[in-house]
Amino acid sequence: MTGISFARKLKDRLVFGLVCLAFIVAVAPLVSVLWMLVKNGMKRFDMNFFTHSMRNVGPLDNNGGAYHALLGTVEQVGIAAVIAIPIGLLTAVYLIEYGGNRRLGRVISFFVDVMTGVPSIVAGLFVLAFWVLGLGMGFSGFAGAMALSILMMPVVVRSAEEMLKLVPDELREASLALGVPKWRTIISVVLPTAFTGIITGIVLAIARVMGETAPLLLTVFGLDSINPNAFNGPQESLPLYIFQQAGMPNQPAIDRAWTAALALILIIMVLNLVARLLGWWRAPAKSR
Amino acid sequence: MAKRIEVSGLAAYYGKTRAIEDISMTIEPRQVTAFIGPSGCGKSTLLRTLNRMHELTPGARVEGKVLLDDDDLYGTDVDPVVVRRNIGMVFQRPNPFPTMSIFDNVAAGLKLNGVRRKAQLAEIVEKSLRGANLWNEVKDRLSRPGAGLSGGQQQRLCIARAIAVEPQVLLMDEPCSALDPISTLAIEDLIASLKGRYTIVIVTHNMQQAARVSDTTGFFNLAAQGQPGRLVEMDDTNKIFTNPAEKSTEDYITGRFG
Amino acid sequence: MTTDVIESGGGLDRSASRRVRRGDQIFRLASSGAGILLLAIMAAIAVFLIVKAIPALQKNSANFFTEKTWNPNAQPATFGIAALAFGTVLSSLLALVVATPIAIGVALFITHYTPRRISGLLGYVIDLLAAVPSVVYGLWGLAFLVPRIQSPEQWLQKHLGFIPLFGGDSVSGRSILTGSIVLAIMILPIIAAISREVFLQAPNAQAEAALALGATRWEMIRMAVLPFGRPGVVSAAMLGLGRALGETIAVAMVFPAAFTVSFRILTPTGNSIAANIANGFGESGPTGRGALIASGLVLFVITLVVNMAARLIIARRKEYSRAGA
Repeated sequence: MTGISFARKLKDRLVFGLVCLAFIVAVAPLVSVLWMLVKNGMKRFDMNFFTHSMRNVGPLDNNGGAYHALLGTVEQVGIAAVIAIPIGLLTAVYLIEYGGNRRLGRVISFFVDVMTGVPSIVAGLFVLAFWVLGLGMGFSGFAGAMALSILMMPVVVRSAEEMLKLVPDELREASLALGVPKWRTIISVVLPTAFTGIITGIVLAIARVMGETAPLLLTVFGLDSINPNAFNGPQESLPLYIFQQAGMPNQPAIDRAWTAALALILIIMVLNLVARLLGWWRAPAKSR
Repeated sequence: MAKRIEVSGLAAYYGKTRAIEDISMTIEPRQVTAFIGPSGCGKSTLLRTLNRMHELTPGARVEGKVLLDDDDLYGTDVDPVVVRRNIGMVFQRPNPFPTMSIFDNVAAGLKLNGVRRKAQLAEIVEKSLRGANLWNEVKDRLSRPGAGLSGGQQQRLCIARAIAVEPQVLLMDEPCSALDPISTLAIEDLIASLKGRYTIVIVTHNMQQAARVSDTTGFFNLAAQGQPGRLVEMDDTNKIFTNPAEKSTEDYITGRFG
Repeated sequence: MTTDVIESGGGLDRSASRRVRRGDQIFRLASSGAGILLLAIMAAIAVFLIVKAIPALQKNSANFFTEKTWNPNAQPATFGIAALAFGTVLSSLLALVVATPIAIGVALFITHYTPRRISGLLGYVIDLLAAVPSVVYGLWGLAFLVPRIQSPEQWLQKHLGFIPLFGGDSVSGRSILTGSIVLAIMILPIIAAISREVFLQAPNAQAEAALALGATRWEMIRMAVLPFGRPGVVSAAMLGLGRALGETIAVAMVFPAAFTVSFRILTPTGNSIAANIANGFGESGPTGRGALIASGLVLFVITLVVNMAARLIIARRKEYSRAGA
């Protein structure tokens, strides 16, 4: 019995080595980022940071916090979700249940793909051109939320679409054969069956826009003090705060940027974890 | 309750393909009517035209007339949803709603059509489950998911779900083809016991089953490969299986083709 | 109590038909309306960017497409997209060149070199790379990469300076190279995720046939997996390119922000459209904002073209695989 030639074996081993190396190279930045986040972020990870804004904080002061940014982010992302989820969900329902093969359905589906590729800064420029400058409404958390919702919509549509596709046609037929109207079938049979999957997709979409900075720079603008009203005047947001603090020349500001980044990553990771757990906890009527 | 179905000059299409043509027949109430024939001859298509499920397939359409007693199912002001409330259907594979409990599965048709009163629902659910010979097996676990039952129980659950809305006609599309022999027997018994109250139409691949459960049998066949399916003959089940009028029917039931 | 269900023994209830139709119409209208709203938003993005760009473009004293400098707030306003578009495309292509082979390696590692049980976990780790926000990568680039990259850059310039890409007489931590590396890290998970899916879809029968012929694992991958996955990987790379072109904050933090057209990626020259919008917005007057919107319009068009091309490749592949089945 002749074995595999040495050259072939060597090549096989070599490729294995390269592939392993590729994985290590890919993960190295993640490890480095996380390590630096923890190392630098812990310096200011204190109560003061999460309960105070940057109002009246001097350039060399080693205090000041991101409360106003956290508040802004929660409001902006919340409003964005309220706008994007119904539109995205209804669009997905249209594509799967009504118009998938019609011309309008195909056009919408194509532009959802195109929308996925819209750079976040362009979404920000659009809201700037349309709302802030065009209608003269000025900078506000709501303007930022609109930009974020544009980024969220295609993600919600695509993930909800995938989940609706997984609902077997037999269930739709079973319901329709009982004389249940189509819209009630969708609401009471199709959507509940896809529920956990859809929620997972929504949570991931929220996690994704949570870290967006560029569009908010152009629409929310940024502010050093607390503005709880998302509909009036500039606000701060957590990513924007990181960007602004990181751009300052003083160490206390850099430290604040790292702590804010650590907080942001933690929030995003928790959201990702929630999405994972929801996915794992499928089949709502498993055992009750 | 049970009503007569009259089909005349019916043809059904998938896009440009004609699947069945020139079907005329009368389906008598309080009887079991079986459709038999080789695969692809349009039995299931015909069944799905009887409660307007056929048109759910994109591009599908129907020509001809179907009367439920005196009402035209395809009349311009008749909504398919209302047709389906009157003509229930049981499918090839058991398809209970996975997010709902056994109780909710049976109550689904009523709840989704607006019945809310708890006592009334409980009463109908029990009646339907008893009607489907399932009550004794599930009465202690009505709140458990329907998907946890065995295949045969699931199919009986689906039958209970279909009769809970009190239809006039029950259509069954190869209801036993996914079940084991014992479950099949249970369903056949159930069909026999439901016969007194409903008009039942059953599509089956299993000729013994047709002979066992039905009063009237229709034999379908293709005129030639690629041609639409047609009704070859329809008669008393005994006659079809012992002394059919057509040669092709005899060939089929004696196993010479198909 | 539903009269239509229980009491319809007399016939098919016409009024029930009308009620059902109304409910269906409303729901259908709402869902198609949402889809149309989505189309309207896409159209509005194009329209409003154009409308707000025109006044600034009219005030421009230079040719928008050939001018390299960016002084929209000066009198007279002089600005052009040339240097920005050049830097955007150069840095994105570099990122693509760096990220694609690594991403393919990662995808192969996960799909063909690890047991099922841990491949899911490893895939999740790579997905985490995509969950890190842009601004955090920027912060990391600024604090970690910028100070450490200068000595490798010097080495490259000294020994490989004859290649135009590494030429020049000085190096900078904030350079096109640094930005490209950060971009590469950010698009890697996108390319890896899609490639992974494509490799998993490769027909198992062919892989087994190759192994049964006595092929080594690599030979099997080369024979049965890579040919099948090629179009998918190409479109994945293009989607990654689209993302790199529009990426803003991370590059805004590490790019040198100088308006030149130069292939010398180690020197403190170069900028990108998106980075310029982020960095220039704060001090812009009305004309400056209009000029930035005009540059955003160019970016929008570029990414649109790249993304549509990627989608077309995917669509073609779908047809192809259907024909093959």
